[in-house]
Amino acid sequence: MKGRMISPGKAEGKAIVSPDPIGFYGGIDAKTGIVIEKGHPLEGKSVTNKILIFPCGKGSTVGSYVIYGLKKNGVAPAGIINKETETIVATGVILAGIPCVDQIDISNINDGDNIFLDADNGVVEIKN
Amino acid sequence: MYLTKDEEKILNGQKGDVLERLFRLLVRLGDIYKADKMIPVGSVQVAGVSYKSIGDPGTEFLEDMASKNAKVKVLTYLNPAGMDLENWKKIGFPEDFAKNQLRIMDAFKKMGIVVTSTCTPYLAGNLPRFREHIAWSESSAVSFSNSVIGARTNREGGPSALAAAICGVTPNYGLHIWENRQPTVKIDVSADLNFNSDYGALGYFVGKQVKNKIPYFTGIKNADTDQLKSLGAAMAASGAVALYHVEGLTPEADLVNKDGLETINVSKKELNDTFEKLSSSKNPDVVILGCPHASLREISNLADKLKGKHLKKPVWICTSRVMKEASDRMGFTDIIEKAGGNIVADTCMVVSPIEQMGYKSTGVNSGKAANYLPGFCKQDVFFADINKLIEVQL
Repeated sequence: MKGRMISPGKAEGKAIVSPDPIGFYGGIDAKTGIVIEKGHPLEGKSVTNKILIFPCGKGSTVGSYVIYGLKKNGVAPAGIINKETETIVATGVILAGIPCVDQIDISNINDGDNIFLDADNGVVEIKN
Repeated sequence: MYLTKDEEKILNGQKGDVLERLFRLLVRLGDIYKADKMIPVGSVQVAGVSYKSIGDPGTEFLEDMASKNAKVKVLTYLNPAGMDLENWKKIGFPEDFAKNQLRIMDAFKKMGIVVTSTCTPYLAGNLPRFREHIAWSESSAVSFSNSVIGARTNREGGPSALAAAICGVTPNYGLHIWENRQPTVKIDVSADLNFNSDYGALGYFVGKQVKNKIPYFTGIKNADTDQLKSLGAAMAASGAVALYHVEGLTPEADLVNKDGLETINVSKKELNDTFEKLSSSKNPDVVILGCPHASLREISNLADKLKGKHLKKPVWICTSRVMKEASDRMGFTDIIEKAGGNIVADTCMVVSPIEQMGYKSTGVNSGKAANYLPGFCKQDVFFADINKLIEVQL
């Protein structure tokens, strides 16, 4: 699949797919990489070293710092794929240097798929 | 994107490292979102102030910028800090937390940022005009300035707002452009809205439904700025709503195109369900009002309700330092403190370490606070109107 490069780089990993938007601030613990938002479909799961897939961001604009913090603390996702990346997530992944692509039909990707993300060229490959 | 000769010099590093790094972030965002050029901003509001929110990585990032003499070019205000910056000891904020919080404030001050710490800058001296381009980041302040004032800002991330402050510009895309400010969904409200908490429940429900769309509300007959503040804050927290219009009440409502929109109806039932869904407790350890920061009208209202009463369990109201000073002068602070309550300035419940202060459940009248407290402060929540909240604390 071909999308738009938000933040450059290449990454490989297992897909963790959220059908709901993610608000990083109050949604993911920057120290552990675990989703903490009550009632969120990914609650209790770790995003560390995975390819994190969700439709779009939501919630607080402090989310950019949480993404940056995840990276600095060594618990960030290896890459991010969105339907639509808004400014908060874009700022976070650019600052943190996490490869990120959007404008992808994420309904084609399932939890646990092996994903190769070539953000430089905006390409997402499912290698099962 | 078109860059002026001066802007190209910044991008080539001829004006220093810091400016290059921050301007590069703005150019990247501009390229992604197809901005045609940079536009000057009238003011900036920066989120990512509490040590609890940004931690050591964020603190080091800010200290690095400050040590390299980064300075803001326009009036720049700050989001709430993680504690009351003057009375933190008395209220009981942890000492090591305070030390880190003060490091962050120092870094901001060195950059020339006004260390105001409020999510309601428009009540504290940073008031944009209709159609002014600004770069704000606090999600409820973005919603208020776009919707109630008619200024123009995208939802900036903390670092992209800081970059706009230091470069004095922002990329021209998204809500800076009139075509993108048109409503994309209609919300018809048949429920009666009485308390500020009703607007919070409405906002929470709508934000969940519409995510990042632009709602056009009909059926809201009258609402003051406190109620619109509550509505917008909740929609920005449960969804990513940065702009809404209300028929007859907000400045762009008459000007936008509202033909052929999908309609969502909100009745009393949806509001009641929202109150129920967001309440996991009816017996709060502490009640915290002022999310977003209380106006003087809200503080005065609380003082009226607490006059001559004695609270068995604590009630806090969070506000900006500016409102707190007006409240001190009017004697509202005195009334609230005599009843056993607290006015807390510079901070708010969501960004302060309340779970470390022994509280397990919190009563709130804010849809935004009810959204964040369970995840971020590990609190059970009682979401209700101000009368019910005070009743359970007496």
